[in-house]
Amino acid sequence: MPHADSPASFLDTPTGFRSWLLTHDHKRIGILYAIAITAFFFVGGAAAVLIRTELATPQGDVLTADGYNEAFTVHGVVMVWFFLIPSIPSVLGNILLPLMLGARDLAFPRLNLASWYLYALGGIFTIACLIAGGADTGWTFYTPFSTLFSNSNVLLVVVGVFIVGFSSILTGLNFIVTIHRMRAPGMHWFRMPLFAWTMYATSLVMILATPVLSMTLVLIGLERVFGVGIFDPALGGDPLLFQHLFWFYSHPAVYIMVLPAMGVVSEIIPCFVRKRIFGYRFMIYSIMAIAIVGFFVWGHHMFVSGQSMYAGIVFSLLSFVVAIPSAIKVFNWTATLYKGSITFEAPMLYALGFVGLFLLGGLTGLFLAATALDVHLTDTYFVVAHFHYIMVGGAVMAYMGGIHFWWPKVTGRLYPEAWARFAAILMFFGFNFTFLPQFVLGFLGMPRRYHSYDPEFGLLNAFSSGGAAVLATAYLLPLGYLSWSLFYGARSPANPWAATGLEWQTSSPPPTHNFLETPRVDGGPYEYSPSQAEAEAEARA
Amino acid sequence: MIGFDRLITGASNIADDVDAMFFAMVALCGFVLLAVTVTLVLFSVRYRRGSKADRSGDHSRHLGAELTWTIVPGVLFIGIFAWSIGLFAKIQTMPKEATSIHVVAKQWMWKVQHADGRREVNQLHIPVGKPVRLTMTSQDVIHSFFVPAFRIKQDVLPNRYTQMWFKPERTGEFRLYCAEFCGTDHALMRGRIVVMEPAAYALWADAGGTDSLAHQGEALFRQLGCSGCHGPAATVHAPDLAGLYGKPVPLSDGSTVTADARYLRDSILLPSKQVAAGYPDIMPTFQNQIDEEDVIALTAYIQSLDPNPDPDPRQETVDAPR
Ligand code: HEM
Ligand SMILES: [Cu+2]
Repeated sequence: MPHADSPASFLDTPTGFRSWLLTHDHKRIGILYAIAITAFFFVGGAAAVLIRTELATPQGDVLTADGYNEAFTVHGVVMVWFFLIPSIPSVLGNILLPLMLGARDLAFPRLNLASWYLYALGGIFTIACLIAGGADTGWTFYTPFSTLFSNSNVLLVVVGVFIVGFSSILTGLNFIVTIHRMRAPGMHWFRMPLFAWTMYATSLVMILATPVLSMTLVLIGLERVFGVGIFDPALGGDPLLFQHLFWFYSHPAVYIMVLPAMGVVSEIIPCFVRKRIFGYRFMIYSIMAIAIVGFFVWGHHMFVSGQSMYAGIVFSLLSFVVAIPSAIKVFNWTATLYKGSITFEAPMLYALGFVGLFLLGGLTGLFLAATALDVHLTDTYFVVAHFHYIMVGGAVMAYMGGIHFWWPKVTGRLYPEAWARFAAILMFFGFNFTFLPQFVLGFLGMPRRYHSYDPEFGLLNAFSSGGAAVLATAYLLPLGYLSWSLFYGARSPANPWAATGLEWQTSSPPPTHNFLETPRVDGGPYEYSPSQAEAEAEARA
Repeated sequence: MIGFDRLITGASNIADDVDAMFFAMVALCGFVLLAVTVTLVLFSVRYRRGSKADRSGDHSRHLGAELTWTIVPGVLFIGIFAWSIGLFAKIQTMPKEATSIHVVAKQWMWKVQHADGRREVNQLHIPVGKPVRLTMTSQDVIHSFFVPAFRIKQDVLPNRYTQMWFKPERTGEFRLYCAEFCGTDHALMRGRIVVMEPAAYALWADAGGTDSLAHQGEALFRQLGCSGCHGPAATVHAPDLAGLYGKPVPLSDGSTVTADARYLRDSILLPSKQVAAGYPDIMPTFQNQIDEEDVIALTAYIQSLDPNPDPDPRQETVDAPR
């Protein structure tokens, strides 16, 4: 039996390659996910670099038309299904949820491993598609283009996405059962950390919405292979049916991407402000409201599709309704800073960056929810900018923040703080430099998915491509210094940030079964005190 | 490129309204963005660790504040919503007197048919100040007709008619784009809208010298053998087409449809789908034998047969109520 202060960590025992590939430990599975997801992020990123290189000038000179179409399809498919949707839940959720709840593992450890294998298998299909010449449908697979007209490898991609769908569903199921059954004694629902709440809401969305996507993908497959005619207008099928089915999943999927990000930020901010999060209960209500109302707004992707004007009006109204809880969250994060004792370590910088970028992403969403403006703006670069603010400015910033925040917990190592702060700041500026001009491009009327464009759009596109170079550099930095820290970083204490969550009450890295003794909970999750933090800082000085 | 007007300049009857709303939103959202950012920065500076600020009291909940920032955005959003649907209704409500023009999209071009029979590809000539209604369909995938200077866009679907309208208010040349990804040369599916003074337009229209659309349809009607059954001298038991357009048609399954453009199109391409009551289901299909432009010409011909035409364009409304 190791000494209580330094139990053998989950990283060290058991050893060997096999022990990792057959592990049932949620933390190890989380790391497997992290490796695969990082690889995909850079595949998607490479495609983004190609896209932006092509768009640096108005002529289509770097890639062929088909090459460009394949590049943005890879970029979209990989970023949405292989990065954004699984990133926070599968990496951070997997590693942290049991720790935060005071549990030994997830409810179904084998199922968890199976989910990872499904994810990897789905990845193989997508990569196979790339090798086999790519697909050119965009990540949205709109019919009848995808079913009848594209002569690319749509089928392989669809199979890949179908398989990762199962991984999502199983992960969601696992999380829900874990949250219901395995909370530590004393942790009732309103003592649960907000990150766990967002995992809960996200899981609900995953298990309710993903089957619809899976079904839709099967229909595409059937249609391509057997020509059954569900979406084929010549056989009496309906191309719009596809859009309804697709967005019924894919709009809630946006919340699968952003709710977990909100969860991460809600953990980071109180810690570095040393204050309880403002309006804890309102935060929970708004998480659940977003998850539920998010199911009823899919039609706002289809205002100009030929759906009826009345449908457009209803979907517009509901879209404004779902924006309210998001607004609440932004105000609550801001209010949390009031009378705090704030420090600006890298995770906090990422979290603050998240709030700003998410706010701008959300505000521009209002433009798109307003039908009359959407008619002009939809399918232009305004939309490209908007969703990058939400998904890259929001979800990726939060993911980065989370990786940095919990890095010492998982690896037992500290990273070079100055580099991390520099990367966070560079990412923020690079990001704005890349995507702010795109709002203007969109209003001026530049359509998306164009591989060459009219010369009036040249200047703003050149800016955007320049920004992308900065942003790409900023994304490479953490890869460098975090890898360095794995080997040379200073050893981390159990709780380097003096944070309050249960995950910080065990050693860093934690032992295989997380806690040597099951923790008991007798208060809320964010018992920080700004005045105490000030007093301690003064005593140290 | 020389000849095109700057895209930002609005050139349709709704462009100014859309711009007004857009910039009002920019102002409003800019204000919110600024307010929150400034607050974040101020708090960050004022309450940084070690600063001499008052930190007494528990400031983790305040019902008043929370209700305020739930209700205020809520009210604001409803306001924006109301503004936007008013404008949306204006964008979607077709004026009765609009000139009707047909557009057929295909990978990767826009084909335009004027009522007087003139055809053009990737360009559309129209007179200034007159509302124009486009009835659009696609021969293959989904496309989207987008004129930034007019601030409008509408998807164009295979096997369906969608409609859009606009009233150009400035002469000049304006860019036309396809805004829905449609395959390899999607980015090249561009065209131009040429808005002309009425006099210049009249010259342009006369220069065409082509047959009217209805007249072309009449020729097709005979050539394809439609007149054999539907003509006045026919012996086959087939519905008389004069006066049919826009009228209710009882079907053999007991339901009734309006004989709009879509019904006629279906009757020509998929005749067994909806059989008029009292007639045998014997009409052959013309699918794969004629293309969308022929269907449009035939429809124009049938429309012209109306002894006392009903000008209400809503009769032409297709399956999606707009
Ligand atoms: C250096 C950073 C990035 C750049 C320069 C970039 C650039 C672009 C561009 C130009 C498009 C539009 C393609 C088009 O419509 O023609 C696009 C689409 C997209 N991007 Fe990015 N992107 C970046 C990072 C990301 C990241 C990190 C994600 C997600 C994590 C992401 C997700 C997407 C998605 C989902 C699409 C839609 C794809 C589609 O239109 O089919 N992007 N990106
Ligand atoms: Cu197109």
